[in-house]
Amino acid sequence: MSKNRCKRKEILEIIENDARLNLKQIAAMLEMEEDEVARIIKEMEEEKIIAGYFTVINWDKVGEEKGSAIIEVKITPQRDLGFDAVAMRICRFPEVKTVRLMSGAYDLVVYIEGQTMREVAAFVTQKLAPMEHVLNTATHFVLKTYKLQGTLVEEDGEEDRRLMITP
Amino acid sequence: MTNTPDWKSKINPLVLGIQPSGIRRFFDLVAEMKGVISLGVGEPDFVTPWHIREACMYSLEKGYTMYTSNQGLLELREAIARNLAVAYGVSYNPRQEILITVGVSEGLDLAFRAILCPGDEVLIPEPSYVSYAPVTVMAGAKPVFLKTSAENGFQINAAMVEKAITPKTKALILCNPNNPTGATLDRKHLLEIAEVVRAHDLIFISDEIYGRLTYVGEHTCVSSLPGLRDRTILLNGFSKSYAMTGWRVGYAAGNQDFILAMTKIHQYTMLCAPVTAQAAALEALRNGESGMKKMVDQYNRRRHLVIQALQEIGLPCGEPRGAFYAFPDIRSTGLSSEDFAQQLLQEEKVAVVPGNAFGEQGEGFVRCSYSASINDLTEAFKRMNSFVGRKVRKGKVLTFSPGKNEIKKEDICQTM
Repeated sequence: MSKNRCKRKEILEIIENDARLNLKQIAAMLEMEEDEVARIIKEMEEEKIIAGYFTVINWDKVGEEKGSAIIEVKITPQRDLGFDAVAMRICRFPEVKTVRLMSGAYDLVVYIEGQTMREVAAFVTQKLAPMEHVLNTATHFVLKTYKLQGTLVEEDGEEDRRLMITP
Repeated sequence: MTNTPDWKSKINPLVLGIQPSGIRRFFDLVAEMKGVISLGVGEPDFVTPWHIREACMYSLEKGYTMYTSNQGLLELREAIARNLAVAYGVSYNPRQEILITVGVSEGLDLAFRAILCPGDEVLIPEPSYVSYAPVTVMAGAKPVFLKTSAENGFQINAAMVEKAITPKTKALILCNPNNPTGATLDRKHLLEIAEVVRAHDLIFISDEIYGRLTYVGEHTCVSSLPGLRDRTILLNGFSKSYAMTGWRVGYAAGNQDFILAMTKIHQYTMLCAPVTAQAAALEALRNGESGMKKMVDQYNRRRHLVIQALQEIGLPCGEPRGAFYAFPDIRSTGLSSEDFAQQLLQEEKVAVVPGNAFGEQGEGFVRCSYSASINDLTEAFKRMNSFVGRKVRKGKVLTFSPGKNEIKKEDICQTM
């Protein structure tokens, strides 16, 4: 692996777990100059390797009513375009948070978030299901989230239990 | 009127003569304070990986709740033998040459009790792990310290070993990488030391618990050195590399006679290591390599962060090359190790371990563990920077030179 590629990978591993670390911290951890870290991060942002920075939020704890669902979507692939054109069309709806092409019994898995379950249901019936090339959909409403983006959203009971001083 | 019985007079004088660990006193002090960021912890900040915990639970479901053989589960001993062969090219017969112990601590005790006779001398580098000298004394032998210093990178060398040898010298113990200094000994130096050990017919007790946590160069297993396998008792375990400190499981590997002798003591005093911990250790060896490497990568990144933080503070510190400790020189503050640690705790709520807890040669230094989160490390060193700034007269710049911690007299600042 080239040196630059290796640095890129290391930076990604660090910010994947904590995007709040500043350039100085990242540079120190990787024995690099801050300018170099900044340059590599900018490159990766421009190349869409770093596609965005998000916060993992457990909305259930905020007390706001939210509705979300995972929808299996079966579609007809199009000549020369395959599944991409329909997938991109679905992606453009702001309610749609994630779209993935799947192997198996259905083609796309779509994750939708709305203000209410009713809003989510309306989106499926009015926008997604009637869309051209969409053959059928199966909607699974999310009842509870336990783990999100590799993070346990509930209390995991794994706080630091070590003694303050040990040999 | 009744006389209070003098119970102390009934205690073994050997035990009476042993001082409680210096860490203990400091622990009591820290325990009374709230909101402390601790850099004083000698164990990983990771919880044991889930697959290892899950394997342990499965073993309980399957009814693994009984004694194992004194030597430990054969499957585990076989996995350890394979691991040592692959990692270091050293071969042990799992049936006769490996003993599962309750951590390296028990392995050390067994090794010393098995080989030491009253009056024997054991060469112990200083500073070193807190139990080496007391365990030597409790085995009836005498610790002889090999005094390392910042000037020689806290490393022992062949000449130092040679000079300390007397007709009574029986063994040399070495923790590589070292707790508390983070220093490592490379193959070249180990070969030179091995030559002396062979020439004087000594036994090499090699504590390699931090072996996998080597960040610069490669760890050399002492048993893999020419002619050293049979005169080495290799002690290792799962605590540090697999984040399994509380499981208390380790192992000793050595020639059949040494292991048989150690097993005799083990069978009458411990019987066997806990079977659940052994099941977990087996899972760690079978499937824990990638998880362990990720933890090692994280320690290494924190290590860089700590080196830079100490540079910014102006505390000289030899490059820590292994384990998860930095051992900065705090003499520029004019404080003793204990005063530094105590005042840092009281004024900034940051806990470090005074270097003298690891022997006289640790005076003037403190042990900072980087087994802590990035945020805690960043905040702790920020506070330490303020603290040192207050203690050291402004305008003096201390130099940092990895591996060479020599402080020039003109660099020593006066306390304000």
